[in-house]
Amino acid sequence: MLREGQVRIPSGCAISGIINRKGNRFSGEKIIESIAVMHDRSNGLGGGFAAYGIYPEYKDFYAFHMFYDNLQAKEDVEHFFNEHFSVELSGIIPTRKVSSIKKSPIIWRYFMKPLPDKIRDSELYEDEYVVQCVMKINSKFSGAYVVSSGKNMGAFKAVGYPEDVGEFYKLEEYQGYTWTAHGRFPTNTPGWWGGAHPFTLLDWSVVHNGEISSYDANRRYVEMFGYDCSLQTDTEAITYAFDLLLRKHGLPLDMAIQTVAAPFWDSIAHMDEKQQKVFKALRITYSSLLINGPFSIILGSKNGFVALNDRIKLRALVAAEDNDTLYVASEESAIRAVCPKPERVWSPRGGEPVIGLLEGADSI
Amino acid sequence: MTLSMNTPEFLVERNLDRCIKCQVCVGQCANEVHKYDKETDSLSCEDLACVGCHRCVTLCPTHALTIKKFPLEFRTNANWTPSTINAIYKQAESGGILLTGMGNDKPYPIYWDHLLLNASQVTNPSIDPLREPMEVKTYLGRKPDKLDFSDGELLTEIAPQVELELPIMFSAMSFGSISLNAVKSLAAAAKEVGTMFNTGEGGLHQDLYSYGDNAIVQVASGRFGVHSQYLEAGTAIEIKIGQGAKPGIGGHLPGEKVGREVSETRMIPEGSDALSPAPHHDIYSIEDLRQLIYSLKEATRYKKPVAVKIAAVHNVAAIASGIARAGADIITIDGFRGGTGATPLRTRDNVGIPIELALAAVDSRLRNESIRHQVSLVVAGSLRNSADVMKAIALGADAVYIASSALLALGCHMCQKCYTGKCNWGIATQDPNLVKRLNPEIGAQRAANLLRAWKHEIKEMLGGMGINAIESLRGNRLMLRGVGLSDRDLEILGVKAAGE
Amino acid sequence: MKKIYAQEKYCIGCRLCEVYCSAVHSEYPNDLVKAFNRSKIVPTPRVKVEEDRPLSFAMQCRHCDEPHCLKACITGAMYRDEESGAILNDAERCVGCWTCIVACPYGGIFRDESKSKVVAKCDYCLDQGDPACVKNCPNGALKIEEGGE
Repeated sequence: MLREGQVRIPSGCAISGIINRKGNRFSGEKIIESIAVMHDRSNGLGGGFAAYGIYPEYKDFYAFHMFYDNLQAKEDVEHFFNEHFSVELSGIIPTRKVSSIKKSPIIWRYFMKPLPDKIRDSELYEDEYVVQCVMKINSKFSGAYVVSSGKNMGAFKAVGYPEDVGEFYKLEEYQGYTWTAHGRFPTNTPGWWGGAHPFTLLDWSVVHNGEISSYDANRRYVEMFGYDCSLQTDTEAITYAFDLLLRKHGLPLDMAIQTVAAPFWDSIAHMDEKQQKVFKALRITYSSLLINGPFSIILGSKNGFVALNDRIKLRALVAAEDNDTLYVASEESAIRAVCPKPERVWSPRGGEPVIGLLEGADSI
Repeated sequence: MTLSMNTPEFLVERNLDRCIKCQVCVGQCANEVHKYDKETDSLSCEDLACVGCHRCVTLCPTHALTIKKFPLEFRTNANWTPSTINAIYKQAESGGILLTGMGNDKPYPIYWDHLLLNASQVTNPSIDPLREPMEVKTYLGRKPDKLDFSDGELLTEIAPQVELELPIMFSAMSFGSISLNAVKSLAAAAKEVGTMFNTGEGGLHQDLYSYGDNAIVQVASGRFGVHSQYLEAGTAIEIKIGQGAKPGIGGHLPGEKVGREVSETRMIPEGSDALSPAPHHDIYSIEDLRQLIYSLKEATRYKKPVAVKIAAVHNVAAIASGIARAGADIITIDGFRGGTGATPLRTRDNVGIPIELALAAVDSRLRNESIRHQVSLVVAGSLRNSADVMKAIALGADAVYIASSALLALGCHMCQKCYTGKCNWGIATQDPNLVKRLNPEIGAQRAANLLRAWKHEIKEMLGGMGINAIESLRGNRLMLRGVGLSDRDLEILGVKAAGE
Repeated sequence: MKKIYAQEKYCIGCRLCEVYCSAVHSEYPNDLVKAFNRSKIVPTPRVKVEEDRPLSFAMQCRHCDEPHCLKACITGAMYRDEESGAILNDAERCVGCWTCIVACPYGGIFRDESKSKVVAKCDYCLDQGDPACVKNCPNGALKIEEGGE
């Protein structure tokens, strides 16, 4: 059977996200409880979490979460790491036995800083240098896969129901200020752990529900800018699209959102002249980054998250607020499960973002 | 006088029970096939003159006429087919190059017919264009690599763009090769539907300056009709290097077609042959092309996108890359099935490559070089229906040009005799008796209807794929699957086989 | 009143207007083949294509506001139809003197050689909806619309 990356696998899903905007950290139990409610939206073939604020003692180091199929792959990648980074600490990611989680790869993590002279030689910015290393491992090292590569954050994913995955990784022992979760319902599965979500790059993480019909248009566009869509998943392409717009091209967050969930030409025609010019420029320049077809996504970063629907809202997305905490999920039940009486619950319109930022952050 | 070995291609049959001797056929045939004999009060046919244009059949009020293939069998020979044999008879008689019109009619593979489109089922919803917005608006022109903002303000200026309400334009057909009424029909249809017509290399007739907002003005090797007012008149300028029906040679308008109006528009003496040189004599290499592109931009103060049109030839991908880097904003590629008013038969049928493969190769090449997004890619060369258009866009085109399809909408019956100037449908002719047969009001309606119909179909198919904006189909080759293609074909097309 | 206008720039001289005019005034108004091949006498068309190639146009009665033919008619056969405003000829009263033909400045009235004495002129196909010539012009060169002379 071909695994993810060798074949494109469409899937439906459940997503959930919780942020404490004051930056207060809380354990992974809450997000597990939330995503567990939507059990029927996944089918046991993929679950995962992204957590921010979990490694405060190593917050200046890139935390690489790795999957290895075998020891040879681990050895090869560690050789590569030693050539390109200074590794502060490495070790196994603790897990517990869960009957439904099987065939675990070797799961390892590393806290590292890029070697300064290597960055200089590469003539790249530090973050781009790290990105290139991630791309290289995923495409060139057989049997190795970078699960996450950001600072003070990590992704935890596996083949299984998300609540089992949370138990497997002992997420109750981690404290984070932002958590996102994903339960997967692939229509065809090779049962590969790397194919589970969230998908991450640097400190971006994306959980996504939907099957985008613009995938190949989006993919072929981002690939022109140096990304390698080795997994062939929507989530991967969406992550790279945001990375390109926000990090590489430096677009303001609202402009990036209006690129992937662009207003209709008819709406643009009704804007004032100045706005028209901006939105026309966005749609003309980034037409290939319009994400088409049904999606709801939560884009996480160190500063918070943005939840977004496609522009005609073909997928469910509900948001709620209670004190300093912002919730988003595929279903309202998933929010009520952990916050029975939120101050406000609403269903954002298609293309209208729900933005949860840490206090003091001005953009994602 | 010696014996001609030409034999009829068509047999004209008249059903005498139905014929009312109204003689409409006699008056309508510019080739003088039908004759009325007063003495015997009867009609007769000269089959040899019939080109199979169906003008008489269509206008016969009692449907008394039938045109058949002339039943003349040579001994069966897979090598020496009737057309190869007859070609030799013709050349033995004339000593000249065989001429023809319209596009390559040989049975080369039609890749469009080996590509299938996708639709949504269960895992994502299809979208109903009758209930949801469905966008097919397209902008052609140079795009920036990125947009720069400062404090939320957009700093980047977008280069001039051609705005299209649908990604289909009327391809270059000059006034001269086609009649003024045909050009007027296309210009008015383009205006009505919100797209462009292309002047071809014949200049812009004074009556058509009012359609300038819907015109792409062409600059070809003969520079006929090119002056500053002309360059200013259109929304974009296209440098024609070559065309699919005759790669490597220039256009040729015989003097008989150069009447007063053609002469004034082209700025050449009445009755003189308008012979376009094979190359532009100021473009012998890619850096020369750059100079012409920028000369035209300078001349129009950088307010018009400049397109470069080439025929799809063997190394089209590398050439297209060079054109993009030479500063063209739009690259037009014309495949080997593209039509024309007149071309040497052997060139038409044997030079160039299919547009499907050329398009895939160019799009892939430009992407590999990370410059695809900077330029617009327009393809031509036999887009026969809305599904072909969808497939072209999925392979990577921004928009398409149609010409044969547009002429069919005006009444063309594909008889391939455009070069004779005796087009019975008033399209490829300058004979005032024939030109008036095409009423431009009717022509404009028919051409506009065709575009509207295709637009509806495109929206239906897009919606079926779960896409609500045409740009999400552009280069989205996952929406295509190949059937009956070799692995090599699939690889070049960048498309998976059906079932994969 | 509505009038038929010829657009000479689009008239292709095919004479289908004449063909259909004849047929519609024959014994078989809905069957061209029978109208021409079975009628004892094929009616004279009431429209005539005038041509000096490439110029051509179809000419028929203008149904004038002040019709000379009506004044000239010696028997009162020529009359204006109250309802439609069309100038019509009552074949019963027409004696075939053809004074109207001489009087018409347009040449819009024709000798009907298929009959013994009566003139043929456009009757607007009043019982047929739009006139047959207009309906069957293949190039939109005949239009019926409200307008002046």
